[in-house]
Amino acid sequence: MTGHATGPASRPAVSAAAKPAWDAAASVVDPEIRAVTIEELGILRDVTVDPDTGRVTVTITPTYSGCPALDVIRDEVARAVRDAGYDDVVVATSLAPAWSTDMISSSGREKLAAAGIAPPGPVRGPVGLTLRVRCPRCGSPETEQVSRFGSTACKALWRCRACTEPFEHLKAY
Amino acid sequence: MSSTTTPLDELLAIGDDALIAAQRLAQWCSRAPEMEEDVALANIALDQLGVARLVLSYAAEVEGAGGDEDTLAYLRDDRQFRNCLLVELPEPDFAFAMAKLLFLSAFQRLRYEALATSADERLAAIAAKAVKESAYHLDHATMWTLRLGDGTEESHRRMQNAVDELWPYTHELFEGNELRPAWLSIVEAVLAEATLTRPTDGWAPSGGRVGLHTEHLSYLLAEMQVVHRAHPGARW
Repeated sequence: MTGHATGPASRPAVSAAAKPAWDAAASVVDPEIRAVTIEELGILRDVTVDPDTGRVTVTITPTYSGCPALDVIRDEVARAVRDAGYDDVVVATSLAPAWSTDMISSSGREKLAAAGIAPPGPVRGPVGLTLRVRCPRCGSPETEQVSRFGSTACKALWRCRACTEPFEHLKAY
Repeated sequence: MSSTTTPLDELLAIGDDALIAAQRLAQWCSRAPEMEEDVALANIALDQLGVARLVLSYAAEVEGAGGDEDTLAYLRDDRQFRNCLLVELPEPDFAFAMAKLLFLSAFQRLRYEALATSADERLAAIAAKAVKESAYHLDHATMWTLRLGDGTEESHRRMQNAVDELWPYTHELFEGNELRPAWLSIVEAVLAEATLTRPTDGWAPSGGRVGLHTEHLSYLLAEMQVVHRAHPGARW
């Protein structure tokens, strides 16, 4: 594991009425990286319950502007919160502040690595320069980038020179 | 909240640049020189499309005519598009695709960087995300420009040809903004390192921002819009 992981700044102050709704939304896993939840990825921003109408508003943020997983996440969040007993659920999208891989929690990073996806390093400047990526399988720093783009917008393809296994790396973003 | 609203034509210029660039990039899928590049160009197209959707959704609200991102993308005719000519031009070989991506992503990075501090909060939020993606696209285009320009005799010839052919169309990017000096310092450094000759300034075609396009846009739109127009209102 990389030692610099900080995790999300803090979980927003969720009201007691919204707590079960938050827990339900937080349990939704990313449809393209099913090892981690949207809370661990830092995509879940806020959950509020209107005291008068009982309407739940869940606020999420996209990772990349064109991430096709967002529509699926929106549907799954709404379903999870409804299943938790709330009838009226709205899923809103918030762009600011822009999502960054620095918002991925420590447990999220551990789960990514356990799933064979090297977690991102810290973001520097407008785009993160990854200086060294450790192989999620054997831990060796002797790795090389095979392709700057991978199976999803957020990943790149790497290979370990020590154990020769290819692996995916979540790009610092 | 004291957020301002950006004029419709400016929003369309930003959104249409991204949309038409996405369509051209997507045309490379399965035709790029290597499989990793298919994936790369499809991913860059997806980033462009993501920005286009966000900006055109906003533009549709500003327009207030009851439309949405889809009506703007699929139901406008060529004269109603506000994209620069550069993005609509065909890409007869891979060098053209990379020269265009170099010119466009250097511009988009600067434009989004400026828009990220815009008084229009909604546009600023979109731009703050997009700038990170453009920086990555620029890295990618730079890498290929170096590889092709400073590569074999044939790759150098093709890259120089693409740079020469597309250079006149870059002037239009800077209509109404002051970004050209910063853009030149990025692009000239890449061209020099790639052993390519920076073309001299001269002919500077324009018209895209007022809807006067090359004939290439019509063909591109025909392909992009045909399914939507053939099945209006269809849903999955």
